[in-house]
Amino acid sequence: MLRRVESSVNWLHPSARLLALRRLQVAVVTLAAAAAAGVAGSTAGLAAALGSAAAVLVLGVVAERFVRRRFSAWSYAEREDDLLVRRGVLFSRLSVVPYGRMQFIDVTAGPFERSFGLATVRMHTAAAASDARIPGLQRDEAARLRDRLAELGEAQAAGI
Amino acid sequence: MSDADGWRRLHPLSPVVRGGKATIALAIILVPAVLGGRSENTLIDVAIAAVLVVLGFVSWVVTRWRVDGDDLQIEMGVLRRQSLRFPLAQVQAIDIVRPGLGRLFGVAELRLRMGGASGKTARLAYLHEREVEPLRDRLLALAKGGAQTTDAAAPGAAPEQHVLAAVPTGRLVASILVSDVGIAAEVVLVALIVVVVVAPSAVAGAASGGAVWIFSVFQLVWRRFNQEYRLSVVEVPDGLLLRGGLVALTAETIRPGRVQAVRMVEPMVWRLLGWCRLEVDLAGRQRSEGEGQAQRRPLRTVLPVGSRALAEELLDHVLPDRPREQSPPPRRVRWKSPLRYRMLAWGRTDTCVTTTSGRLRRATNWVPLEKAQSLRRVQGPVQRRLRLASVHVDTAGRSVHAVIRDRDVEEADAALEELTVLARAARRAG
Repeated sequence: MLRRVESSVNWLHPSARLLALRRLQVAVVTLAAAAAAGVAGSTAGLAAALGSAAAVLVLGVVAERFVRRRFSAWSYAEREDDLLVRRGVLFSRLSVVPYGRMQFIDVTAGPFERSFGLATVRMHTAAAASDARIPGLQRDEAARLRDRLAELGEAQAAGI
Repeated sequence: MSDADGWRRLHPLSPVVRGGKATIALAIILVPAVLGGRSENTLIDVAIAAVLVVLGFVSWVVTRWRVDGDDLQIEMGVLRRQSLRFPLAQVQAIDIVRPGLGRLFGVAELRLRMGGASGKTARLAYLHEREVEPLRDRLLALAKGGAQTTDAAAPGAAPEQHVLAAVPTGRLVASILVSDVGIAAEVVLVALIVVVVVAPSAVAGAASGGAVWIFSVFQLVWRRFNQEYRLSVVEVPDGLLLRGGLVALTAETIRPGRVQAVRMVEPMVWRLLGWCRLEVDLAGRQRSEGEGQAQRRPLRTVLPVGSRALAEELLDHVLPDRPREQSPPPRRVRWKSPLRYRMLAWGRTDTCVTTTSGRLRRATNWVPLEKAQSLRRVQGPVQRRLRLASVHVDTAGRSVHAVIRDRDVEEADAALEELTVLARAARRAG
């Protein structure tokens, strides 16, 4: 995978708090679903109740593994002329977005992200397909990245 | 029609033409109602018509426009007053559109396609036919950055014109009949005839069941024919001028530096006949509210049907430096994309990328690297097994994107790196 490029740049990762947030979300959903499955299964006896709850818990463990891999796959790097964003487990993607093509940047934070002090930074170009989104940045890192991208984008602006 | 500040109004018949089908419907309802004596319904009809006429008149009164320096300004609206400013430097293309009703009244619409993040379209609907062409020339001159040429364009001095391509009607009809849309329409037609012959009693059921579908297929065929009828490509100083249309006439100027991507499509049957179709993609977002039919198509057709040689000739005007050779993908791609395998290929020069793909029809896309917005390397699970990857070249166009599909991982990585560097150089140069 792009060995030459990848070895020569400094990859940064989303905050570890994002992983904590995702794990918490998976845990809450899994426990709720397991409880519901247990109650639903109890009409057919104790064995069915325990069995269905256990099945849901196994699914939850699988989901946790997926969330972990997805988290570790997500990384970004600021190069001299462009931003690299790498993500995806099943479909792995590497985007190269030149600063000069930047139209605007938005920083968003949903209620969950906000309660963990995180934010998502997204760089938009004139192409709808451009895909430069970095979730789970700590607030000060998000602000730094936003200001840095805006500055570089202005310096290298190339239009459409 | 113009006051001290250079403000001008549109043609007084504009609301009538803009009403389009509604106007015709209104006339059809009103004329017999007025002629055929009065009843309560007639009064209501007349009242509604009067309201519409007043609304149309008001909309005409409050709309005005002017060219102010490097901007086109349009003001409109009563309750929600809008003052729009369109910087002419961002103009991607200027079209003249004459809908059927507009031709009847001798008016035409001027449409300025803007680039930029908003990708809006400035519409001057409608102006007197005589005004339109000089205004377009003037705006194009301003868009090229020469405010001093405003008055230099002497009227009557017809610019040098060189017709590059014109499509004979017979060939257009034949090409539509054997295109994918045309074949769908024929299948529908044959099915209807079969139903009529075999089971006349079921006709009503079949027709009503598939009415929407039948209607949309025929509408598609009609639209294509209507737009591409007698289309000709003329080389003008500003770029390429496309002119044509059956009911609604359009004249569009395409500035070569504004082309985001070019696509050549060869449907299955066309390939046997050696025909192809050439379309260009320009910057700008989806059609905004209220734009006419001519604007609805995603792409501009430069050549509805023609030989490959003719298409290549037109391509020379749009993208002179383009790759002539393409390399096929590795053989193992057959396992992943059995239908696409024979079509897939890509090539590049220092300023342009081309990719070929398609299952039954072959589509070749060209993207000038100067227009590449971002690059992406994508690898799906099947591709990972086969050590393949795809590289996407994203543009600001709406429907054409070059995808270098299913290449060996090493090659894809090398391509991504090379294209990043080349795109940077092209961006700096452009």
